[in-house]
Amino acid sequence: MADFFFNLHPVIQGLIKGLAVICVIFPFAGACSMAERKVSAWIQGRPGPNRAIPIWFAWVPVLGPALQKIGAFHLLADGLKFLFKEEPTPGHVHKFYFTLAPIVAMIPAFTTVTVVPFGAYLDAAGRVIPLALANVDVGLLAVFAVSSLGVYSLILAGWASNSKYPFLGGVRASAQLISYELSMTLSVIPVFLWINAPGQPGTLSLAKVVEFQSGALQSWTAPGWGGVWFVFLMPVSAFIFIVSLFAETNRQPFDMPESEADLVGGFHTEYGAFKWSLFFVAEYSHMIVGSGVFTLLFFGGWNPLPWLPLATLAGWLHLAHAPLWLGLLSILIFLVKVAVLIFVFMWVRWTVPRFRYDQVMRIGWKQLLPLAIANLLAYAIAIAVIQK
Amino acid sequence: MAVVPLARKPLTFAERTYVPQILGGLKITIKRFFQPTETLQYPEQRPEIPKNYRGVPTLVRDPNGREKCVSCQLCEFVCPPKAIRITPGEIAPDAPTAHVEKAPLAFDIDMLRCIYCGLCQEVCPEEAIFLQNQYSMSGYTRAEMVNNKDRLYELGGTLPDQHYKWDKKKAAEVHGAAHH
Repeated sequence: MADFFFNLHPVIQGLIKGLAVICVIFPFAGACSMAERKVSAWIQGRPGPNRAIPIWFAWVPVLGPALQKIGAFHLLADGLKFLFKEEPTPGHVHKFYFTLAPIVAMIPAFTTVTVVPFGAYLDAAGRVIPLALANVDVGLLAVFAVSSLGVYSLILAGWASNSKYPFLGGVRASAQLISYELSMTLSVIPVFLWINAPGQPGTLSLAKVVEFQSGALQSWTAPGWGGVWFVFLMPVSAFIFIVSLFAETNRQPFDMPESEADLVGGFHTEYGAFKWSLFFVAEYSHMIVGSGVFTLLFFGGWNPLPWLPLATLAGWLHLAHAPLWLGLLSILIFLVKVAVLIFVFMWVRWTVPRFRYDQVMRIGWKQLLPLAIANLLAYAIAIAVIQK
Repeated sequence: MAVVPLARKPLTFAERTYVPQILGGLKITIKRFFQPTETLQYPEQRPEIPKNYRGVPTLVRDPNGREKCVSCQLCEFVCPPKAIRITPGEIAPDAPTAHVEKAPLAFDIDMLRCIYCGLCQEVCPEEAIFLQNQYSMSGYTRAEMVNNKDRLYELGGTLPDQHYKWDKKKAAEVHGAAHH
C-alpha cells in the first residue's frame, strides 16, 4: 500500500494528500460550528441542540442516544440543509463577484493548511521528520501571506452585495485585518530571532520552531533552554499573537465585519444557503489554522509537555521504529492542543462583549502595535546579549 | 446631613489594560459551563401547573355523572370575545334528572377566540365550566380548534361537588319541603 503510494507521480501524490487534508479540515470546521453551539449553550446554562436523530440510530442502545445528546446529527442536518436549500441571489448584487467571494474565502483558508506541519515521526536514524504537505522554508511567511488574502473575500462580498450594511462590514474588515496583521507579524519576529543564529542560513520554517522547543530535560536543577515552550520565554509575544489572531479571524470580541447587532449580518447579510456556509467554513478553517500556528510557535507543536519531547515519549512507548503509530500519536497531541485553543476562542466569544469600532482601531494601532514594537526591541537586545 | 467625601480613584494600570476584567469574566463563564443546565426538556418533562391555573375552559360532570351545565347561556353572554356558542336543549321527561329540565344540545368553544379570561367560570351558577390545567391546544385546521361538547366533557372530566344542588331539590320535592 505504502509502496504503491510512493511510486505515484509526485503531482498525484500531492493531490491525494491535499484532498485528504481538505477531507479532514472541512468536517473539522463543521464540527467546530457544532462545538460552538454546544459551548455557548453550556455557558448559558442550556443543553444546546440535542434532538435530531435518524430512526435507525435510535435503535443503537448507548451510542445512539449519546450521539443525539451531543448534537452530532444536528451537524449532519445543518450541512444537508445548507447543501439542498434554495439559494436565492438578490436582484441588486453584482452576480459574478457575489459568487466569487465565497470561493475566494475558501481558497486561502484551505491553502494555508498545506504549509502547517501537524505531526512528526522518527526516521531510521532517529531524527524527527515533520509531517506536512509542504514543509517549505518560508513556512510562517507563507501562512501570513496567504491567509491575509482572506480579507479580499470579505471586501468582495461586502462590495458585491451592493447594499449598505455589507458594504460597511467589508470596509471594517479591510481596516481591521490590515491593522492587526502588523502586530501579529511583529509579535512572532522574536521567535525567529531566537531560532536563527547569525551567520547561518536563516529559516522561517514552523517545523524548525518546534525543533527548538523539543529539548529534553538536562537535569532537574538546570533543565536547559531547549525544552521551554516559547509561551514561557516570550509571554508578551504570545499574548499579542493571540489577540491579533482573534482580530484576524474575525472572532468576538473583534467581529467587526459581522457585528450582527449594528450591521445585521455584516458582509454576509445578503448571503444564504451554501454560499453563506462556505464563509463559515472558511472562518473556522482560519481559526483551526491560526490555532495550529499558535500551537507550533508557542505551545511546542507536537511535543506532549515542556521538557518532554516527542522523541523521549517515543522511547518510553517503544514507538521509535513504528513511524505510522508515532505519526498518529503526534497528530493526536497536536490536535488536542488545537482543540483546546479553539475552545478558548469559543469561551472568549461567549464571555466578552464586542468592542466598538473605534476601540478596535485604538487597541490595534495605539496599544498593540507599540507593545509589539517594544517587545521586539526588548527581545532583539536580550537575544543579542545572550547569543554574543 | 453627613457628607461622606469619596475620592474618585483613577483606574489602575491593570484595570486600564482590561485584561483582569476579561479573566474575571472567563472565570464566571467557565464555572457556568460545568454547572447543570436548567432547561426543561418540554415534551418529556412537563412544567408543574400551579393551583388555580387558568387553562383551556372545560365542562365538568358531578360525581354522579350528571352533566352540570343547564344551558342558561350566561357564559355565552358574558364571554368578551364571543368564543362560546350554546344551543340549549331539553332533558327528556323520563330521564332520572328530568327535574333539571335543561341541558345543552350543543356547546362549542372556539379556542381561536378564547382569551382565557375565566369570566365563564366566574359567572356560571351551576359550577359547570372550569378553566383547568390543559395549557397546550393545537390543530391543523380552524375547525379542529373549536371544542365541541363531547371534547369539552372529555377535557373536563369529573370534579368534586360541594352542593349537590339538584339532588337536594329533588329530595325536598319528594319530602314536601319544597321552598319554591
